[in-house]
Amino acid sequence: MFKVLEKDLLAENIYRMVVEAPLVAEKAKAGNFVIVRVSDVGERIPLTICDNDPERGTLTLIIQAVGKSTRDLVNIPVGDYVKDVLGPLGTATEIKDMGRIIAVMGGIGVAPMLPLLRAYRKKGAEIISILGARTKDLLILQDEVRSLSDEVILVTDDGSEGMKGLVTDPLRQRLESGEHFDMAIAIGPARMMQAASKVTKEFNLPTLVSLNSIMIDGTGMCGGCRVSINGETKFACVDGPDFDGHAVNFDELVVRQGYYRDEEDHVCRTLGEERV
Amino acid sequence: MIPAKRNRVEMPRRDPKERSSDFIEVALGLDPEMAISEAERCLNCKHKPCVSGCPVQVPIPEFIQLVVQGEFEAADAKIKEKNSLPAVCGRVCPQESQCEAVCVLAKRGQPIAIGMLERFVADQASAAKKSRDEGAQATKPEKKYPERIAVIGSGPAGLTCGADLAGYGYEVDIFEALHDTGGVLRYGIPEFRLPKSIVDEEVDYVKSLGVNVFTNVAVGLTMDFNEMLRSGKYAAAFIGTGAGLPYFLNIPGENLNGVYSANEFLTRANLMKAYLFPEYDTPIKVGKRVAVVGAGNVAMDAARVSRRLGAEEVYIVYRRSREEMPARLEEIENAEEEGIKFQLLTNPARIVGDEKFRVRAMECVRMELGEPDSSGRRRPVEIPGSLFTLEVDTVVVAVGQGANPLLTTRVDGLELNKWGNIATFDEAGATSIPGVWAGGDIATGASTVISAMGAGKRAALAIHEWLTAKRDNA
Repeated sequence: MFKVLEKDLLAENIYRMVVEAPLVAEKAKAGNFVIVRVSDVGERIPLTICDNDPERGTLTLIIQAVGKSTRDLVNIPVGDYVKDVLGPLGTATEIKDMGRIIAVMGGIGVAPMLPLLRAYRKKGAEIISILGARTKDLLILQDEVRSLSDEVILVTDDGSEGMKGLVTDPLRQRLESGEHFDMAIAIGPARMMQAASKVTKEFNLPTLVSLNSIMIDGTGMCGGCRVSINGETKFACVDGPDFDGHAVNFDELVVRQGYYRDEEDHVCRTLGEERV
Repeated sequence: MIPAKRNRVEMPRRDPKERSSDFIEVALGLDPEMAISEAERCLNCKHKPCVSGCPVQVPIPEFIQLVVQGEFEAADAKIKEKNSLPAVCGRVCPQESQCEAVCVLAKRGQPIAIGMLERFVADQASAAKKSRDEGAQATKPEKKYPERIAVIGSGPAGLTCGADLAGYGYEVDIFEALHDTGGVLRYGIPEFRLPKSIVDEEVDYVKSLGVNVFTNVAVGLTMDFNEMLRSGKYAAAFIGTGAGLPYFLNIPGENLNGVYSANEFLTRANLMKAYLFPEYDTPIKVGKRVAVVGAGNVAMDAARVSRRLGAEEVYIVYRRSREEMPARLEEIENAEEEGIKFQLLTNPARIVGDEKFRVRAMECVRMELGEPDSSGRRRPVEIPGSLFTLEVDTVVVAVGQGANPLLTTRVDGLELNKWGNIATFDEAGATSIPGVWAGGDIATGASTVISAMGAGKRAALAIHEWLTAKRDNA
């Protein structure tokens, strides 16, 4: 059992939870994730680790409550417990010396981005961040991004804050201007990562993405999270979740992510709720 | 008529029509009268070939004689001297190729139904304890030694090793990566073949011996194996992490929606209880027509789960012939009774998807058997021009498993063999690292529950002897 110590609402349906998990907190590195189960009847949900505090023995998780399982998770009151937390899973990102990084994040993709920015920052990288969301209120964790970046560009679909458009717009502008970057990191919805990778590919800029496949065990045992990387099947849970964005078959990822949509909708309907 | 001449008892099973739409156990078990009558057939022979046929040397004639006397709980205790999981073994052991194969009565084709009797006494003892409102507790062995031992994996190998080490008098910590115990007993074998309440009881029994079990700990990730030994917290370790790396066919279309590894399919159904969706949150999708590729016990389990989840047509697709099918005869018969169809001498060539990236069909070729290959079995050879299409909407790949590298690649100095399994250097499973033993599927490649238990048992004894020698030399 893993105690919930803090819980805040960051934006509509987006929560920040601090959970006690000392063993995971001690070992977690940038790029790692956890699998969480709310109750005895719960699903195993993969969640990225936004931050870890080895001394306090805690993990910070950012959760978008989109379906039943994530809603059950964010409904756990402070002081109560999450049934299971397993981690740190996945292959931690290899943090190499990088001069300049352009970091593109959309939606709650900012959560898994923060540990990477922290790690690269420590290595002395200069970081230009592009933070995007549908609308102003969904631009979460801005202060954290700012504290880790040399420059932050905000983008919203509706123009309610920052530039109006998609994260790929400023990305393209910066690359077209001839500015030098050593790598790009793109984390967010699969279609966003796909679009960002497509842009960076034009400029031959190495691009790291973090994939959020459907998973069960998270230890390489079930193969449910398989993704095609340069035509070769890999397991996102153990070979990833970080991959070369130019090698990922995003179309396949998107359809695989949607395989249980009917069942997810069904559960939400029976609960009288709408799936976000 | 002397008892031995009587026919062997038959296991009463539920009607195939009724059972193939639910997950309730298929085998009904013997009643006391049937069990005693079967036990009376035992010749109680002096040389006991059955005991040497058992990977954990259960005192078979002794427990059977206790059944004859109606002493069912004593019979259970007798088995538990050697085997901590009799209710499991009575259900899933391939007795026909082990203890029963070497039974003297087998020469006449009617060996004693050792497995059925084992299951019977375990269930009787459990029921008796329950009626007295007792748990599955044992007399807690005395802690005689200061050393603490780490056991990685709570499957059959780990549970057995842990139970035996506790019995010798050690403090034992078992670490399990999943949220629940039992390994393959929990995620692999379906409820209708091995009810999970039985697994719970057997695990509770092991815990009652004083063994500590920690779930949600993936050793190698959550804890550093090297550090566990280096820090001196653990004096020795046993690695029994199982196979746990699904093989795929490496044919086009394998990442389509509707293609599952047997591991994923069975883990959803068994560990996550997806057959009870939406009461349980994990979904599983089974279409109307399912092809299960492979013909081992796992394939039979996947086929029978598909049936129970509503598939109208379920095919076992296997590239060799019936004779080479690795599944137990009993499981093949169960599957056939439940209407599973066998497409033998058939090899998948390609999985075909629809515009929504879902499985629509599987293209297969017909095979014929040629010369024997390295396994001694006749090699299946493709018949030219035999390509045909099997209309299916779900494919479950059950062609075996390799060694999961999650832990093994994170242990300093641990030698692996060319298949990625942990290299062992003696019968007890000694590895390249002093103080570390390994056993079960991670050492041998995919095998049976009971052989994993045998490995756990031998390793426990070796660990005890090694620590004893160390203490004596100190």
